[in-house]
Amino acid sequence: MTRLDGSNHYCRNGIIPAAVNKIPNIITKVEEQKNPMKLVEEEVEACSLTDALFAYLYLTVLFIVGYANDFFRPQAFQESNRVGYHTLYASFESFYTRHVFRRIRDAWNIPICGVPGKYCTIKDRVTHDNGWTFEFTGKKIDCINMGSYNYLGFAENTGPCAEASSMSVRQSGITTASTRAELGNASYIVELDRLVARFVGVDDALTCAMGFATNSLNLPCILDDECLVISDEKNHASIILGLRTSGATIRVFKHNNMRSLEKRLREGVIYGRPKTHAPWQKIFIVVEGVYSMEGTIVRLPEIIDLKRKYKAYLYVDEAHSIGAVGPHGRGVCDYWGVDPRQVDILMGTFTKSFGSAGGYIAGTKDFIGMLRKRSHAQTYGGPMSAPVAEQIMSSMKIIMGESGSGEGVRRIRQLARNSRYFRQKLKQLRFVVYGNDDSPVIPVRVNMISKLTYCVREMRKAGVAVVGVGFPATPILEGKIRFCMSASHTKEMLDHVLHAFAEVGDDILLRVSTNMPSAEEIVYSDVEVHEKIQ
Amino acid sequence: MLNISGDYIYQSIIQAPIYHLLLEGILFMWVIWLLKRKKINPTEEQPLSAKEQQQIIDHFEPKPLIYNGDSRDEGVEGDESSEIDWGTIDGPAGKYIEIDGTKYLNLATHNYLGFVEEPSILDETERCIRQYGVGSCGPRGFYGTVDVHLELEEAIAKFLNLEETALYAYSFAAISSAIPSYAKRGDVIFADEHVNFAIQRGLIASRSEIRYFKHNDVEDLTRLLNLQRKADLQNPVKAKAIRRFCVVEGIYSKTGLICPLKEISELCLEFKVRLFVDESISFGAIGQTGRGITEYLNVPRENIDFISGSLEQGLGAFGGFIVGSSYVVDHQRISGLGYCFSASLPPMLAGAGIQALKLIESNPQLIQELQNNCEYMDRKLRSLSVFTISGHPLSPVKHMSLKKSFGSRKTDKLLLKEIAFHVRENAKIAVVMPAYLEKEEKTLLPPSIRIAVNRLLKDNEMDDVVTALKEAANVVLSKPDLPDYDEPKSQN
Repeated sequence: MTRLDGSNHYCRNGIIPAAVNKIPNIITKVEEQKNPMKLVEEEVEACSLTDALFAYLYLTVLFIVGYANDFFRPQAFQESNRVGYHTLYASFESFYTRHVFRRIRDAWNIPICGVPGKYCTIKDRVTHDNGWTFEFTGKKIDCINMGSYNYLGFAENTGPCAEASSMSVRQSGITTASTRAELGNASYIVELDRLVARFVGVDDALTCAMGFATNSLNLPCILDDECLVISDEKNHASIILGLRTSGATIRVFKHNNMRSLEKRLREGVIYGRPKTHAPWQKIFIVVEGVYSMEGTIVRLPEIIDLKRKYKAYLYVDEAHSIGAVGPHGRGVCDYWGVDPRQVDILMGTFTKSFGSAGGYIAGTKDFIGMLRKRSHAQTYGGPMSAPVAEQIMSSMKIIMGESGSGEGVRRIRQLARNSRYFRQKLKQLRFVVYGNDDSPVIPVRVNMISKLTYCVREMRKAGVAVVGVGFPATPILEGKIRFCMSASHTKEMLDHVLHAFAEVGDDILLRVSTNMPSAEEIVYSDVEVHEKIQ
Repeated sequence: MLNISGDYIYQSIIQAPIYHLLLEGILFMWVIWLLKRKKINPTEEQPLSAKEQQQIIDHFEPKPLIYNGDSRDEGVEGDESSEIDWGTIDGPAGKYIEIDGTKYLNLATHNYLGFVEEPSILDETERCIRQYGVGSCGPRGFYGTVDVHLELEEAIAKFLNLEETALYAYSFAAISSAIPSYAKRGDVIFADEHVNFAIQRGLIASRSEIRYFKHNDVEDLTRLLNLQRKADLQNPVKAKAIRRFCVVEGIYSKTGLICPLKEISELCLEFKVRLFVDESISFGAIGQTGRGITEYLNVPRENIDFISGSLEQGLGAFGGFIVGSSYVVDHQRISGLGYCFSASLPPMLAGAGIQALKLIESNPQLIQELQNNCEYMDRKLRSLSVFTISGHPLSPVKHMSLKKSFGSRKTDKLLLKEIAFHVRENAKIAVVMPAYLEKEEKTLLPPSIRIAVNRLLKDNEMDDVVTALKEAANVVLSKPDLPDYDEPKSQN
């Protein structure tokens, strides 16, 4: 075992530190002392040269066709009554939308009708003008839902949660029509705040009606221009917006790379502010728990050590991890066996695991007290709607085991088993899979957007709803098909998806992984999850 | 050749005078010294040794996470009015509101049309829970688009006779995401100085250059536009790259006044400035049929680039929206951050929005009732001698501030708070003071009590409200320990 200088993570395969930086696509395998069972294998193979070449070629052709189109038909996309105005959009942005995104638009914004549960019903639509407009055919397609964030399967229209939620509509109405700082501090919100604090395992919590706004409206109240923020490069747009509008100085470190993080921290502490070199008043590390586009899990114990070493504050966005990872569903702290009080600020959303909407920020009593007074969302935004809050409370109590049934634990284990099984199977089928073995988000590399679109279309034909993410949301070579696991999926459903995906993968040469997984049959019931849980 | 030149050099050295050689030798040494010497540049960084680095790290002491003072506190008057604890409410905040166990007549929340307790809206919500569940479990791009979203978007667009709507999950996020999706660094935005906080956040996020004009002052806006035109003429190359926007509100939440939209929209057409109107309050509250400020002032809607609105207040549902031409609004679906990267509005709340819109469309007399109440209340409030009333007669939001300040902003605030609580305790009527983050607001208005009028109020109830306010003001303001009226006013 080689100890890397400065930080306390260990190289298992003996790659020397200098080499780590030179090989961007390989992240060192890490072993955590406290959790010897958790190997973080987040290795991604490099894209082959042929694939890269075709991906660029494809875009080039589309661009040439697009420019030719614009040259011969310059009036095709103009406003009617805004002659002489400055163009509203940056030219590239508009060009990309019209000539690239328009052609593949049918793979996004797919409307559904009904519950986004284990199955979803897609409203079929066709386009007669190459993607400018869509028409509904009136047909409805039932699909296995691998696209919605429904980790614990609480997106249901029957059962105790829907019942409780429906009850609350009459009890409390659906809007207070007031901000919380005025007369909108409803008793159900106060109750929710307390329950969330208890669930997360800290003193106090503050909830907000929109998950995105929890980040974008609260970060500016926590940070000011005297702060340095060290932010993961793959952080969510809401975090980036919050950081930008806060006035703080932002430095970015490589995704989940502890060496890069430490380097940034060291620079921040030693050199202080640019020009004056006065020390920063506060340094924040901002990371996510599970990264929704990468499928990686944050290396929390190492970050906590670094945070202590450099006296920084830690902000963890658990949007995708709360409820979804950890033997008790309490997020990344639970997953790594870390006391949540060691993280200064815990943020999360209720959209994903709880089948509801909104978000929270949790921390010490004093910190949340300060935020209550200063938060933009508290002062200017309405509180969460009552049925939304009720859904969160009832599902949270089930996860905590307070409903008296073992349903919570069952769902957590089912999700963990599904994730591991599906991942192992995909690897065996030689797809290039991103992320951590325990993460419920499973991205598979597809490279270019035409393949991506083909995947989404073909999978839909096979009765599976999947999500594709491509350029410009990702780098050109990192288009991904993303599977979101749910506790409501059964083994049969997963097998159907795997079968369909293997066929699509054969069509467009996706099964190109050079890693040799064992040929041993993976037996669903043998997949080990959460060894410690009783 | 070499020999000759070697010979030549040799000859010249031999023949040269000795002082010449000496001088050249010294010059040569000097050049070497200049090149070799260690440069000492006081402005340049010295690399830190490992030990020194460790020392700095050891000595680094960050400020505590919870601060009692930061850069924002300096030189700003005022404190946080959100510190006032107005109490916890139970049950729906309809015509009456239950605060900490007692029922009060509600003039505090924005329930203009009385839709908070409207049974048909609540029924529709419950029905949608049975059909769609609660959450939408994804952003609009990834299977978070449910048919009710599309239906509501279409209904809003049809209601306003515009092409397209983008639905947001939270009304604060609508306008604050929409502005930065169009306006970027280097662009110019003209905005009214009293725009609400959501717009202010949008302006900050856009990183454009912001020019504030005086509240509802068309002349001031003209002056700013002319200044911009002058600058454009001087630098036509730069002018081509700058986009211009103007942001106003239909009814200003901070003052209750109506924006002179007709004049502003004509100016915008003349100067080729794109116009955004936030109708968070005015949508569903003003105009013959509730179609907002454009209907009330008879401004063609195609002159406005987009209208944003809230479903949380007058409509008694949830969420916000941006509505306008397809060319403008479609762009939201790709670059509105709060639209793309947020989970969509829970379907049941979209269902509630559809129902609310149906109600307004089929019962235009609801709007008439609201406007009658607003007008009646306005007349009554203006009879109070101690208060200055800010707000258009037809605006459901009315601000009452003290006619004469009692010394400082703080004292005024305390007095108004006392009046509000006096009204609450003695007349069982709930009123509040609007909450502002005073350190972050662009402009501070004199502290006020805000009256939110709703359709359900009867004339005698409004009379009671005014009487109660009058009584409370008499009691609170006649206390012997108050400073005199004539004391010098604060900076406000």
